[in-house]
Amino acid sequence: MPKATFRIWRGERGDGAWVDFETEVSEGMVVLDAVHDIQAEQAADLAVRWNCKAGKCGSCSAEINGMPRLMCMTRLDTLPLDEPVTIEPMKAFPHVRDLVTDVSWNYEVKKRIKPFKPRPPDAADGTWRMAQEDVERVQEFRKCIECFLCQDVCHVLRDHHKHDSFIGPRFLVHTAGLEMHPLDTEDRLADLKEKQGIGYCNITKCCTKVCPEHITITDNAIIPLKERVVDEFYDPIAKLFRIFRPKKTE
Amino acid sequence: MTTNGDFRLPQTRGFGETARRDRWWVQPTVVFLALSAFIVYATFRALENGYHHYEGGGAQYLSPFYSPLLFDVPGDPSGHAWFGDKPSWWPALIPFFPAFFILWGPGGMRFTCYYYRGAYYKAFWADPPNCAVGEPRKGYRGERSFPLIMQNIHRYFFYPACAFIAVLAWDGFVATRFTGADGSTHFGVGLGTIIICMNAILLGGYTFGCHCMRHLIGGRLNALAGKPIQRACYDCVSALNKRHMLWAWSSLVWVGFTDFYIRMCASGAWTDWRIF
Repeated sequence: MPKATFRIWRGERGDGAWVDFETEVSEGMVVLDAVHDIQAEQAADLAVRWNCKAGKCGSCSAEINGMPRLMCMTRLDTLPLDEPVTIEPMKAFPHVRDLVTDVSWNYEVKKRIKPFKPRPPDAADGTWRMAQEDVERVQEFRKCIECFLCQDVCHVLRDHHKHDSFIGPRFLVHTAGLEMHPLDTEDRLADLKEKQGIGYCNITKCCTKVCPEHITITDNAIIPLKERVVDEFYDPIAKLFRIFRPKKTE
Repeated sequence: MTTNGDFRLPQTRGFGETARRDRWWVQPTVVFLALSAFIVYATFRALENGYHHYEGGGAQYLSPFYSPLLFDVPGDPSGHAWFGDKPSWWPALIPFFPAFFILWGPGGMRFTCYYYRGAYYKAFWADPPNCAVGEPRKGYRGERSFPLIMQNIHRYFFYPACAFIAVLAWDGFVATRFTGADGSTHFGVGLGTIIICMNAILLGGYTFGCHCMRHLIGGRLNALAGKPIQRACYDCVSALNKRHMLWAWSSLVWVGFTDFYIRMCASGAWTDWRIF
């Protein structure tokens, strides 16, 4: 079987080095298969987070040849194997060991977003009525598997480390899913502008490019939220119209 | 096993540093060159103050760079000016360029457009140069503070842009009206007619598919059920919006080509091909 070289970044808490491993590759293999082979045959202590091997758990996020990708969904036949394949941990989060990073910041961010707050039930039995066509819009956002590749590639977090003032594309998608829900009555626009830093997004669309679930993050979530923030805070005519329009019903 | 240096996380890479193997620099370079070329050409044409209308063979073509033509260029009556000649109150010390009266509209629309923002932040500011590529600056304020907070003015360029589309569509209609030898006008189609009409269509596709339009037409609402017309409009705009980048570039190239075609015809270098 042919062999390929995998250049894996190894180390602990930010200290480490590139290490080259050569292993056999065969048809149908993905990067995670190669990493597992290396782990089984050459480096039993190689730390790598993984779970489903099917692109649904979002655990095996890494940077392959410089681009954030899921290791389990990156087929080797899509990579040039005549030169070493680089595999690095994500850059936007604190390093733990080898390919594993500490993504717990994301869970803390999620707690700070105002939760779903539905209007009172439509029927006496405590249920609601809504049209399928209205729910479909937010269904796209529910495909997110929380792999955090979008957070990793976002230069606001990756290069500028604005973790304190910007929630990142993943949680803008989460907020969009709540804010655009036909039953929701909560107002998150002030938080988006002030605390969650939607203005930091400069629409590079990198988050959309790396999303393994193909969520149209920028066009369907972030820009519509930006437009709602414009309505609320930057558009004097919209402000005027709002005086005569009732707010979201509770 | 071999080792190749080390780094700490989270790390900040230097300008252009990346582990990407693809030609990531091609896209921002092409955008930089294309937008720069357009800006230089449009500025040249606005300053040229001529060759913006063509009457050969009875045609009534007007360059989109000069449309709507509020006042004629001094000494060059076109028959397209809304208010006739240069106003008498115009200060003699200030040069008179009719194109600048209107170019702020489409220029502002494109400058604040969500697609172009993402494109020129990469191509002109390297912020970032491309995805997962190191940046030249450490500080970052985004669109939260001045000057980029002004990008939120986008919809105020969108409103006049809609009016510009109506004017350009009218120009397309006028381009189907040819003046005969006896002074009467009749229907006709020249190559210029097709180019001018195509220009209005492409600019319409770009303008009416913009994110701002999508928001205003229905995206601002959480429920469109029971509003079939608004739903249809929203779906239509969303369909255009999916190809917004394509509309943006095709309309930009075509508006430049339309002006170029009319310029070449008006200068006598080319003759408009009359189809019927």
